Amino acid sequence: MNWRAIRAIIRRDMLAVTRSKGVLLPLIIVPMLFMIILPGAFGYFTPIINQLPGGNMSEIELFLNQLPPAMLAQFEGYSFDQMMIVFMLVYMLAPLFLIIPLMVASVVAADSFAGEKERKTLEALIYTPTTDLELFTAKVLSALIPAVSVSLVGFLLYALTANIAAWPTMGRVFFPNTAWVILVLWVAPGTAATGLGATVMVSSKVNSFQEANQIAGVIVLPILALVVAQITGVMYFSNLLTFLLGLFFWTGGSVLLYLGARTFRRSEILARG
Amino acid sequence: MQKQPAIITQGLTRCFDEITAVDHLDLEIYPGEVLGFIGHNGAGKTTTVRLLNGVLTPTSGKAQVLGLDPSVDGALLRQRTGVLTETPSVDERLTGYENLSIFGALYNVPAADLDRRVADLLELFQLSERAGDRVSEYSKGMKQKLALARAMIHQPELLFLDEPTSGLDPVITRQVHTLIQDLSKNGDHTVFLCTHNLAEAQRLCDRVAVLENGKMVALGSPAALAQELWKGVHLEFETAYDALPGALRTLETLPDVYDVIQGEGQPVISLSLTYREQVPGMVARLVEAGVPLYRLTPKDPTLEDIYFALHENKPEVNR
Repeated sequence: MNWRAIRAIIRRDMLAVTRSKGVLLPLIIVPMLFMIILPGAFGYFTPIINQLPGGNMSEIELFLNQLPPAMLAQFEGYSFDQMMIVFMLVYMLAPLFLIIPLMVASVVAADSFAGEKERKTLEALIYTPTTDLELFTAKVLSALIPAVSVSLVGFLLYALTANIAAWPTMGRVFFPNTAWVILVLWVAPGTAATGLGATVMVSSKVNSFQEANQIAGVIVLPILALVVAQITGVMYFSNLLTFLLGLFFWTGGSVLLYLGARTFRRSEILARG
Repeated sequence: MQKQPAIITQGLTRCFDEITAVDHLDLEIYPGEVLGFIGHNGAGKTTTVRLLNGVLTPTSGKAQVLGLDPSVDGALLRQRTGVLTETPSVDERLTGYENLSIFGALYNVPAADLDRRVADLLELFQLSERAGDRVSEYSKGMKQKLALARAMIHQPELLFLDEPTSGLDPVITRQVHTLIQDLSKNGDHTVFLCTHNLAEAQRLCDRVAVLENGKMVALGSPAALAQELWKGVHLEFETAYDALPGALRTLETLPDVYDVIQGEGQPVISLSLTYREQVPGMVARLVEAGVPLYRLTPKDPTLEDIYFALHENKPEVNR
């Protein structure tokens, strides 16, 4: 493997991403919403809302009491306000966090694979002395590195915001728990790989960044299903479930990337025109 | 001893479904040669360049480029070739400097030499002052120059240039022509020049290959091709206006003279003779007839004449 060439392509793709407002803006706005604004608002306002006159907390209390016993055990010793905060910031928003690596990987990959075709810059790259595998590896890493980096930075911001915003209620550092560490270090890269693999597959069939991004966006559906399952109490992010979720995403991502690598052949790209 | 050819193809063929883009191409190109690859759009020029760089695999036949088989040693081969594609294909979000330095790294230019190499090329193509600007702010000609500089960043032995002067102004076009001539003259650089510009091909190329629907219909120097198409010697002479009728009458009496055409609005006559040895006799007869000869010049067919004659399959010199 020619790692110098791979690094050069990664540098080129990252420069291209950071210089396109259309690509860069969603990569800033969405993580800010999920990693700072939502945890800040939930952490700070939840106890305030509970104290508002006319607030019907009995229904929420009923809902919390109907959560799976294993999950309820996590709330032992917490006040109602603390329970609400832990439920929202530790459990309810956990699946939403996965949207970050998925989205970053999809957007960057759409720009790197389909966008490059659209901008007609792929041909110059095809004539370089890189192998198909080196080109593919470079392009995959161009999307995977920012996805994992944004996830890690987002997680740190989330942890900071959640603990600071909920400090008046919690009075201690309560975030992250073990499941979140597994989520960030194991599940998030797997989710990024899945989003990336799906986008690579879609990009081989379409010729524009927008098309690739929109079609590959369907991959967000399993994440939304996780959000609903978590909110309704059908499941909760235990350590084991989180690990298995990561395994699921890594398996799916690996299969999609393997299939994507098979379609990423110079001769086939050129033959498809 | 003759050098090994830089490019050899034997029966090289590439089909896309029902279409044969390149059809049994047999070529030999020698180091230092500038070969013009001419043909209309869709004739198979770009597909040939792709096959010769190992980015497309042939359906049948084989090629050897710089001693390597492109379909087996593509990556190794591309380290030694430079390609200017038909569209400049430069990254518009990057600066001119970044475009060159990144491709320098991709072509394994030693890190210690890269900055100097980039600076030299930017200077050569008069892009130094705009090196830090994003390419999206460049004119079409500047993008073309940058793409050309990029194709040369690793000092390739073999350059494939697809319409290298498209979009360039006359001054830069002349510089590019000089550069191509210098490359083939000074080093053993071989240039494979795909062009629609027949005047450019005539000026730069040692030989031309004419492609039609994937098939090579002619290969040789413009003079040799013309000789194959039109036997004989083609001349043009200038006389006085009032001597034109006499000159035409005299020429009618000469059995070896044919294709006599009078220039429109000018006292100029073009004609053909079967052999060059017949020229002095014809001149003597004109002088005897009192026709003043102010100028007598050979009128060789241009590459344009050859190209259209080959494509229309009729040997008619366009005068």
